Amino acid sequence: MFDVVIIGAGVVGCMIARELSKYKLKIALLERANDVAMGATKANSGIVHAGFDAKPNTLKARMNIRGNVLMEDVCKQLNVPYRKNGSLVLAFSEEEIETLKELFERGKQNGVEGLSLLDKAELKALEPNISDEAMGALRAETAGIVCPYSLAIAAVENAVTNGVEFKRNFEVTDVAFQDDVFTVSSDNDSVECRFVINAAGCFSDKIAALMGEEDFHIVPRRGEYYILDKSLGSLVDHIIFQCPTKMGKGILVSPTVHGNLLIGPSADDVEDNDDLATTAQGLFDVRSLALKSVPDAVTRFAITSFSGNRAHDLKNDFTIAPSKYNTHFINVEGIESPGLTGSPAIAEYVAEILSSMADLQQNESFVGTREKPFRYHTATDEEKAAAIAQNPLYGRIICRCESITEGEIVDAIHAPAGAMDVDGVKRRTRAGMGRCQGGFCGSKVVEILARELQVEPNMITKYGKDSVLLYERTK
Amino acid sequence: MLNYDLVVIGGGPAGMAAALRARDFGIRDIIILERAETLGGILEQCIHTGFGLHYFGEELSGPEYAARFIELVEDQKIEYKVDTMVTDVTEDKVVTAVNKTDGLLKIQAKAVILAMGCRERPRGALSIAGTRPSGIMTAGTAQKYVNLDGYMPGKEIVILGSGDIGLIMARRMTLEGAHVKMVCELMPYSGGLTRNIVQCLDDFGIPLHLSTTVIATHGNGRLEGVTIAKVDDKLNPIPGTEEYVACDTLMLSVGLIPENELTKNIGIGMDRITNGAVVNEMRETDHEGIFACGNVLHVHDLVDYVTLEAQIAGEGAARYILGQKAAAAEYLTLTAGNGVRYTVPQRVNIRSEESVKVYFRVGRIYKNAKVVLTCAGKVVSSKKKVKLAPGEMENVIIPNEVLATLTVNDEIKIEVEE
Amino acid sequence: MTKTMTCVACPLGCQLSVTLDGDTVVSVTGNTCKRGDAYARTEISNPVRSLTTTVRCEGGLHPVVPVKTTLPIPKDRMFECMKLINETVVQAPVEVGQVLIHNILGTDAHVIATNNN
Repeated sequence: MFDVVIIGAGVVGCMIARELSKYKLKIALLERANDVAMGATKANSGIVHAGFDAKPNTLKARMNIRGNVLMEDVCKQLNVPYRKNGSLVLAFSEEEIETLKELFERGKQNGVEGLSLLDKAELKALEPNISDEAMGALRAETAGIVCPYSLAIAAVENAVTNGVEFKRNFEVTDVAFQDDVFTVSSDNDSVECRFVINAAGCFSDKIAALMGEEDFHIVPRRGEYYILDKSLGSLVDHIIFQCPTKMGKGILVSPTVHGNLLIGPSADDVEDNDDLATTAQGLFDVRSLALKSVPDAVTRFAITSFSGNRAHDLKNDFTIAPSKYNTHFINVEGIESPGLTGSPAIAEYVAEILSSMADLQQNESFVGTREKPFRYHTATDEEKAAAIAQNPLYGRIICRCESITEGEIVDAIHAPAGAMDVDGVKRRTRAGMGRCQGGFCGSKVVEILARELQVEPNMITKYGKDSVLLYERTK
Repeated sequence: MLNYDLVVIGGGPAGMAAALRARDFGIRDIIILERAETLGGILEQCIHTGFGLHYFGEELSGPEYAARFIELVEDQKIEYKVDTMVTDVTEDKVVTAVNKTDGLLKIQAKAVILAMGCRERPRGALSIAGTRPSGIMTAGTAQKYVNLDGYMPGKEIVILGSGDIGLIMARRMTLEGAHVKMVCELMPYSGGLTRNIVQCLDDFGIPLHLSTTVIATHGNGRLEGVTIAKVDDKLNPIPGTEEYVACDTLMLSVGLIPENELTKNIGIGMDRITNGAVVNEMRETDHEGIFACGNVLHVHDLVDYVTLEAQIAGEGAARYILGQKAAAAEYLTLTAGNGVRYTVPQRVNIRSEESVKVYFRVGRIYKNAKVVLTCAGKVVSSKKKVKLAPGEMENVIIPNEVLATLTVNDEIKIEVEE
Repeated sequence: MTKTMTCVACPLGCQLSVTLDGDTVVSVTGNTCKRGDAYARTEISNPVRSLTTTVRCEGGLHPVVPVKTTLPIPKDRMFECMKLINETVVQAPVEVGQVLIHNILGTDAHVIATNNN
C-alpha cells in the first residue's frame, strides 16, 4: 500500500516524485514506457523560459516565474547541466517591434526581471551571427538552457535514492476507488494507494477521465527539431526566438548545454499521442524558418532530427488541482511549455496541495543532492587518471564521438532507475549522440547492456516494447 | 610523458602499412595506437573477397589482407596498443591516449601519422521523415552484427545506397537467409563496382532501383516499412511516385566520412571536397611532421590503394624524422579542372626529385573521354579512357622532368575532356 | 534464345547479349574486348562464385569465424553449401587458413578460416 502513486515519469512526474520524497511517504512512480522521460520530456527545446510569454495571472505564468527562480538551484543539487545564457526575441518588422513592446510589458506584469529592449546595433553587438534583417530584440537575462531528460533522469535517481519506487512498463488502464483506497491497474499489475497524482503528459486527459473528468482535451502538438553539429554550437550564445504566434513561441535557434545547436520546433496538432513521425513539411519549415534568424544555421550539418508531442490542452493553461470527482486524485494536466521551466514549481505546488489534505512529515534522511557521475569528457587529466586507477572501465572509450567510456555506461545501467535499453544509455551518457549516431558504438552498447543485465543480446531493445535490435543467431 | 619517434594513430591497413614502411627506412621507435580490440581496422568485418588484387595479385578476404600486415607488424616487432583511443593530438605532436591498462597516456612524438579511417553517414544527416523505430542502421553496423557478433540484424530488408558496402551486405544477408527486397539508389547510377552489382544483386534477383530514395520510415517499435519515391534530376522526390514497402530493416549505405576530429583539433588545413587534410606528395599536412593516409585522407574504393598511399606517408614520416626533408621545397597547389572533383595530393613540391602520382575522382560518369594533364600551359599527357566513373579512383603521373621546369607561379591542371 | 548479362571482367560493365542454341553459345555481342566473350561463355557453361560466410566457433573472441571456399563453387550450389556450413560448429582456437570443411559437397573446394579466432 502506497501513500502516493504518481502516474507518468516525465520531467514533471519525476520532479514531483523527488519533491514528495522529502516527506515520510511511501511513493510509487509509474511509467508506461521502458524508461523515464519518454514523452515530451525527451523531445523539447530544453529552455528555461524567463516568463514574459505567458498571459498574466495564469497558472502558466505563475509556474514559469517560480520555476525559473528554482531551476538553477535544483540543477546544482542534482548535478544537471544548466546555463543561464539569456534569450532574445527578434523582430523583423515594425509590427513585430510593437509585439516586443507588448511582451516587455507583459513580462513586467508577470514580474520578470532582467528584461530590456535592444535596437539593431545592440543586438548585433551581442549576437553578430544574427540575420541583418532583424530590427531589434527583447532580451531576457533570466532565460537559460537545461537538458530536459537529464533533469528528469537526475530527479528520478534522486527520488529512488530517497525511497521512491519506480515501476516501468506500467501502463495505467484503470483507477478504482473504494474505502478510501485507490487501485491503480495496468493490464498485468496493480498498486494501491491513498493519493494519485496524474502527471501523464499527453495522456493526462485520458487518465483524468478514469475519474470521470470530461473537461480536459489534450490535442497533442507536434514539434519537430534538428540537432546540428557541435561545429555550429557557438553560432549564437543566446536562445534566439522569433515573435510568438497562436501556435506557440515559434522557431528558435539555441545552443544546447552539450554544445550542439538546436533548431525548432514546428507546431502541428496531431491526432495520435504516439505519432512521433517527423514530416517532410515540418522539417522543411524548421530549416527555412531557422535561417531567417541565423543564416548560417544550415542543416547540412544536421546530426539528427526528431519530434515530440506537447500536451496542449484546448483551455490553454495548466491545471494543477484535485479532481472535482475525488479530491485525493490530483490532476497535473495540460503541461506544455513552459512545463519544463515550471517543473520544480509544479512539484512544490503539488506538495502544497497534498499537505492541505494529508499530514506531511519531513523525511529526515532525505538527501537532496545527487552525486556527480564521472564524465570522462569533462574530467581533468588528474581526475581521469584517478578514475581509471579505481575502475579500469573508465579507460575504455566506447563512444568515440562523445568520448564516453564503458565505465560511464555501466554506471548508467546500474544507477537507481537505470538504463535498460540503448536509448536509455544514450540519454544518460550521450553514447550514440554524436556525429556517427551510434554507428560504431551501438553494437558495443548492446553487448554491455546484455552483459550487465544478464540477458542475450537479442533481448536488448532500442527503447522497450518491440523495438528489438537483433533477431536470432546467424548459426 | 613517453617518447616515440613515430606515433601512428590507427592500426588498420593504412596505419600498419605506414608503420612498416617507416620501419623499412630505419625508424626503430614506432608505436601504433588502435581503438578496436585487434589490429586490422574495418577489414576485420569485411569477410568477402576482392581485396589485394592489385597489391598481392590474388583475391583475399578482408581479414586475410589485414592478417598479412599484422604478421609483418609482429615480425618487425613494431609496438602497438589495441583498445586504445587517442583523444587529442597537439600541434607540438603530443598525443594523448587512454586505455584500461595504461590509463591516460601522453606521448611526445617526432612525427605523427593520422590513419583513423572513416565512418558511415548516419540517418540523421539525411532528413528522412517518419518515426524512429529500431531496425534502421548503417550497412557497416549490420555487417559487424552479422560477421563478428553472429546475429541477424534483420529479415526483410531494404537497402538505401548502392555503394559497395550496401551491395556486399545485400548478398551477405541473402546468404544468411534474409529477404533483401531492393536496393534504392538516389543517383541515376550506382556508386558500386559493376562486379558487385552482378554478383551481389543480379545473382540473387535483388532489384536495384536507380533515382529512387527512401522518404519516410514507419513503425513505433521495430521498423514496419518505408516509403520510397522516385527523384527528379535535382534529386527531389517526385510527388505521386511514393510507394510503401513493408520491411523490418533499413540499411543505409549512403556515404563515408573521413574521421578528422583529431585533425581539425590540431588546426590542420582541410579540403572541403575530400573532408580530409590538404597534403603534399608525401601526404604531409600543412603541419610539418604530421602526415595523413588512408580513408581519413580521402575515401578509397580499394584497400590496395590505401596501402600504397600509406607507404608514401610512412616514407615521408621516416624522412622527416631522419632529417632528410628536401631543404628548398616549393609548393604548387594543383588545379582540379573540368570534371575533376578533387586531387590527392592537393599540393606538390615542384623541387621533388621524383615523379608524382596524383589520384583524383571525377564528378560524373564519362564515356570515351580524355584525362588531360597540363603544366604551365603545356599539355603533358592526354590519356583516353573508355569510361570514367565517380566510384573509381583514377590517377595521372606528373613526370619529374616536367616538375623541374616549373615555377611557383605556374599552374598544374588535371581535367576531363569529352 | 538470347540471354543478357553484365560483364564483370573490368569496370566498364559491358551489356552482353548471348545467343544460345540449347546449351551451346552461338554468339556473344555487346562486348568491347575478348575478355567479355570469354566471360559470357563461362557464365553460360559453368558459372562459379567464391563463397564467403562465417562458421560458428565456440570459445573464441567472436562467436563466429569468417570462412571462404578455396575455389569458386557452382553458383547454383551456394545455398546448399550455406546449409552445410551453418550446421558446422568448430572449437577455438582457429587459425587463418585452417580447413574447417574438407571438399564441401564434392566441389573440390575446401572451406577455410580467413581469420584467427
